[in-house]
Formats: sequence, C-alpha cells, structure tokens
Amino acid sequence: MSAKIELSEEQAMLLDQAASFARDAAPMDRLRGRIAADDDDALWRQIVDLGWSGILMPPEHGGVGLGLAEVAPVIEMLGRNLAPSPLLATTLAVHAILTSGSTQQKAEWLTRIAAGAIVTLGLSEEDGSWDLTRVTALAEPKGETLVLSGAKCFVLDAAQAECVIVSVRLGGRVRLLALDGAAIRGALVRESVIDDTRRSYRLRLDGLNVDPSGLFPDADLKAIERAALLLTCAEISGGLAGVLNVTVDYLKTRKQFDKLIGSYQALKHPTVDILIGLERARSHLYHATTLLSRGDLSGADIALRMAKAHGSEAFAFAGDRAVQFHGGFGFTYECDAQLYLRRALWCQYQYGDERYHRQALAPLLLDGVGS
Amino acid sequence: MIDGSPELEDFQREVAGWLKANKPADPGFLLPESFMEVGTDRQFEFLRDWQRKVYEAGYLGMAWPKAYGGRGMPQAFQDIATQEMARQRVPFVLNTIGLNWAGPLLLQMGAEEDRQRYIKGILTAEDIWCQGFSEPDHGSDLGAAKCKAVREGEEYVINGSKIWTSLGMYAKYMILLARTSLAGPSKYDGLSFFLAPMKSPGIDPKPIRKLTGEYGFCQTYFDNARIPSSCLMGKEGQGWQIAMITLTFERGAAGGQAGGLSFMDLNINDVVELARRARRNGRPAIEDPLIRDQLVQFMIESEGNALMNARVGVQALTYDWPQAIPLTGKLRHSELKRRMCQFALALQGANGARYVGVETIDGGKWQRSYLNAFSSTIGGGTSQIQSNIVGERVLGLPKS
Repeated sequence: MSAKIELSEEQAMLLDQAASFARDAAPMDRLRGRIAADDDDALWRQIVDLGWSGILMPPEHGGVGLGLAEVAPVIEMLGRNLAPSPLLATTLAVHAILTSGSTQQKAEWLTRIAAGAIVTLGLSEEDGSWDLTRVTALAEPKGETLVLSGAKCFVLDAAQAECVIVSVRLGGRVRLLALDGAAIRGALVRESVIDDTRRSYRLRLDGLNVDPSGLFPDADLKAIERAALLLTCAEISGGLAGVLNVTVDYLKTRKQFDKLIGSYQALKHPTVDILIGLERARSHLYHATTLLSRGDLSGADIALRMAKAHGSEAFAFAGDRAVQFHGGFGFTYECDAQLYLRRALWCQYQYGDERYHRQALAPLLLDGVGS
Repeated sequence: MIDGSPELEDFQREVAGWLKANKPADPGFLLPESFMEVGTDRQFEFLRDWQRKVYEAGYLGMAWPKAYGGRGMPQAFQDIATQEMARQRVPFVLNTIGLNWAGPLLLQMGAEEDRQRYIKGILTAEDIWCQGFSEPDHGSDLGAAKCKAVREGEEYVINGSKIWTSLGMYAKYMILLARTSLAGPSKYDGLSFFLAPMKSPGIDPKPIRKLTGEYGFCQTYFDNARIPSSCLMGKEGQGWQIAMITLTFERGAAGGQAGGLSFMDLNINDVVELARRARRNGRPAIEDPLIRDQLVQFMIESEGNALMNARVGVQALTYDWPQAIPLTGKLRHSELKRRMCQFALALQGANGARYVGVETIDGGKWQRSYLNAFSSTIGGGTSQIQSNIVGERVLGLPKS
C-alpha cells in the first residue's frame, strides 16, 4: 500500500488560496457584523468568482472538474475563520445532482450554479435522525402532479436558494426531488440553531403541489452522506485550528496573579490536548480525501466515520475549553470562543455524532462486516 | 509494503524469509517487552543471543558506516528490516541505549577513536550500554543533576547516584551526566557528559524492585569512583547540550539510530484479539456493546497516530505547527499504550484481578504490561513534562 496521505497540486494550491482569502476577505473581526446583518452575499460573490462553487462541476457546465478532495481544503480554510457562506450547502447539492440527477437536470442546474445560483439539500426531519434513509415526508401522485406532505429540517440557505433538493418517500422508495426555490419561499420558517453563522430553515411540504419532472432518477444517499461527512470534517479541522489560535493568543497575553495564564499547567496541558486533537483531525481528514481521490469508497467510508467520530469530539472539547480558559470574558458574546463552541456543536450534531459513527464502525472494524 | 524499487522489494522478501526461519522458539518463560524490563539472567542471555544473531545476519546498523561495523547502506533497507521484525513479532534487540541513543550520538559528534572503540560492541551486544541521567531527587528535571565529577590528574572522581539505570547490572558502559562545576550563570552550565566504564571500582549498580514485583532497573551508586579523564565527551560544561542531543534520539525526533525492533509493541489488534478470547460476564468480551465502543475508540486513536506519521511527509499540511507531530509522539504513543493495557484488564471480568501465572489469560501478560506501561509515561520525561515541552516549544506558551 502506498502513502496514506497524499496532497494533489490542486489541493495544495486551493489550500493556499483559501487561506489567504479567509485572512483577507473573511477576518474574524468582520464576522459579528455579517451575523448581525444576516448577510453574506458579498462573500458569496467573491467565492463564485474564484470558481469554488464549481470545483465539482465538469468543465462543460462551466466548472473546474475536480473532486470532493479539492473542495475540502477550501471548506477547511474558510472554517478557520467561521466564514459564513452557502458554499458547503451548494457543494453538497451539486454533488447530489452529479450522483443522482438526470442529464437534463444536470444541464439545467449546473450552468446556473456556475453562474452563482445557490442550491441546497433538505434531508433531515423533525425526529433528528441521522439515518438519511429514514424519510417520512411523502410525495403522492395526483393526476399530472405530485402532492407533498411532511416537513424537512436544517435546510441551509433555503431562502436564498434557487433550488432545494429534498428527500421524499414515493411509492415506498426514497426519492430526491428538486423544488423550485421561488415556489417554496412561503413554506420556509427560519430555525433557531446553535451556530449563529448558519441560516437554517424548516420547509413545510404540506400542501405543495409540484411537477414530477423534479424527481431525480437515482437517490444515492450513501454518496451524499460521504460528501457531507467529508465537508463537515473539513469544517471541523479548520475550526479546531481557529479555536486553538484564539486560545493560545489569550493564554500568551492575559495575566492573572502577575503571571501569564498560559504558564499554568491546568490551562497549558488541555491546550496541548486540543493541539493533538487538531493534528489527529487533519490527519483523518486528508487520509479520507486521499482514499476518495483513489476511488477507494469502502476505505473512505471507514476513514470518514473515524474522522467524524474523532473530529466531533475534539472540536467540541476545544470549544468548551476555549470558553472556560477565557474566564469572565469567555462568558460574553464578545469573546470569539463562543462562536467556535457553537460552530463545534453544530458540526458535532450534523450527519452523526461520535457515538453514532462508532456504532456504525463497530461491525466494520470488529466483525469484518463489509459496508 | 514498499512502492517502486524492486531492490527494496527483494530485500523485504529476503528479511522476511530469514526472520521466519530464525525466529526463536518460545523460551518457556514470559519475555520482557522492552530493555527496561529485563529482570533475570535467562531473559538477558536469551535477548543478547538474539541481537547478536540479527546483527550477524546483517539486519542491524545497516545504515551505519562500514568502518565501525555497519553496512553503509541507505536507511530504507534498515527501515524495512525493522518493520519486518515488528510484523513478524520477533523479540526486540536488547542494547537499546547503545543502538538508539549512545551510538547515534557517537556517530554524530564522537571522537574517531571512541567510534572505533564502541560502535561494534554496541551492534554485537557484546558491550551493553546504560544511561545515567536521572537522579533520585530529580526525575524529569535533568538540569538539576547533583552527581559530582571532580578532575584529579588523569582521572575524574565521581560521587553521587543515578536512578532508573535499565540494564545497569549488565552494562559495560554508561552515558553519564555529572556536575563538574557549581559556577556559571545557570545550573546547566556546570554539567559534563561522560562515557563511563561501569566496571570501575566504586561504581555499584543496585537492582530496584519495580511495581510489578520484578527487577529491571538499578540505582547506581558512585562512591569515589575513578574513571579516566578520556571518558569525557566534548568539553567540560557541554554536558547539557550533549544530553539534549541524546534526548532527541531518545524521543525519536532525529534519525540515525541503528534500527531493529526496540520493544514488543502491543497494538490495538492484540487487544481486539484478546476481546474475542476473554470472557466478561459469561460471554466473549467483544459482544458487550460498551466494550465494543471503547475498542472502536482505541482503533480510531491508533489509526490517528499512524496517520499523523504519514502526514509528517506532506509539508503543505504541517506548516502551522511543524513540530507538533514529532514532539507529541512519545506523549501520544505512551499514553495510548497505558490506557489500552489498562482496558485489557476490563475484558477479563473478575479475572482482571489476576496476575502473572498459569491461571491468567496470556500468562498475565496484560496485567504486567499495564503496570510496566508507566515506564514510558514516566521515563524519558513524564507525560506532564512532555505536555509542558509541547505547550512551550510548539505553541509558544510561557514557561511553567
């Protein structure tokens, strides 16, 4: 077996480019302004101009024609500064279109996305299950149309999206269905979520009557889960580096009892644990990108679950300790530690927490059961 | 496995074949897992014979210069031989301090005559080496060493004591850190580094009984011991600097070691395998959901350690904290091993409370391994000191 971690030239280039972009265009001191204004349009336009929303898309649709492995470094670097953008949601939707959509659907959507359209997925439901096959929302044929019922949750950037792809049950099977963004605006309700940088919506399907041409021929939920795990892990890895930097800066400047607080081992040692957690998370992440690039999907499934199990725990620990180590300041909205903690909790509970993935890994690792 | 070079692939087959044919039979007694655990003469002789055999077959010190007994080959060959030893679970090579610390130190900065005198004996295990750094009152704080060396004519007179001397009873030489001066602006300035012959009059290694009930370490007493002044390495006052270089070899942060398997690595697969055999509450431990969850956690952690080693070679992914992975190595590996061995007892139900003996699963290896695991979380700088080092040198946090 060759090296477990490889970085392509394109990945390295995007890593570099995204790191400078995050530093220059999305610094932490502008984040609260963006959250208060509930506006990331300017940032999104820059991201589109850089071609990042089209990394996955084939050149004939105006994209770059690379893979998820190349999106990961971008999401990671944006995640360092918690940069709010619909890039993650749009990339996952693009991935769903590419893996499950028809030629016609690809032609219709991908070119629009390359030009800057936001698209998103609606897969979760109210019971909060992470099993993407557990779908209760219904589509029932009625004449020439489909009548929808139920609701989808955690639909990111849905109010800005030109297309929302939801999972519904039709004739006992789970299907993916593209809904026109403009037609569902009235069915959206903003959700209160722990990560202030996210725009999350509940989409009420009851009463929607849609054209069946939005149905995707396939519903490769495994591929969607893989992509979602990878990009969430990239965001986790970036967030870990960000929160470590914030914590280390404070430990190096804040004095108590005439000593810099970083000299106290009670703070220093857990901060080292955060560093180790970060180094592990990045290693798992880029191992997963390496396997995905090689097309080793069963290897990638294990690597991604490991990455998510470890990353969820490590980032949540880092955010938790970052708040604590900032003392009284850590208890305020002004302190960046809370932003990272809230991001960490969001990431932890999206697409399966550490317990969920360990449970899924157990038969694969201990009983040799194939995935 | 190796990519590319057919020469290396051939070599791997060659080593694998030799090891298969020459792997020693079970001696009928529980072998130690590292040089720090050698407690009886029969264990010592068994392991010394094995090292000699490995060296004579040509699989030790392969990258060391021919002039001193090595083979002058690229490091890749030694790495393959070492990996193959680990894979085939052969015993470790005994003379760890010589092979991995004193030897590379001599090759990096020793005098020519010292290299001629010492290197070959390190490789053959004819000359066993030990280390005299820690003292009873200064475990991790090496700079505070009190053991005194006073120059008298062509000799140094040594007084004091060193502790945790592994293989002290068997060693012919010691790398010794001793104080030659109390002057100087800092405590570090007065230290000097010696290659001390252990059989000198006045040097007395006394075995220490470990928490396992076994022996394996000594406290080495120096009572007006006289060693030739030529044993001084470098100049007086350079001891701290040389000791720090030695520690980079010890922590694995620098290459140049002779290679060879230096301890019996218990890995997570061994624990999983134990979980299939061991019974907890009347069922194989591996069927217990809580045990399964914990096993998976250990597997993720082990995989993470391996992946970190793989990432060190990818520069674009290490520029933030370039020293983070190498400098946390000892901390990560030693703590994981300690916790895994501790957990292995839980797989055994009430039998977790047994100890070395015939009724105990695997002869009590796991119980003994857990207690011995502290040697790595304490020795070579405790995990707490390691955390200080990482916090200060990698993250730039203020000194504790």
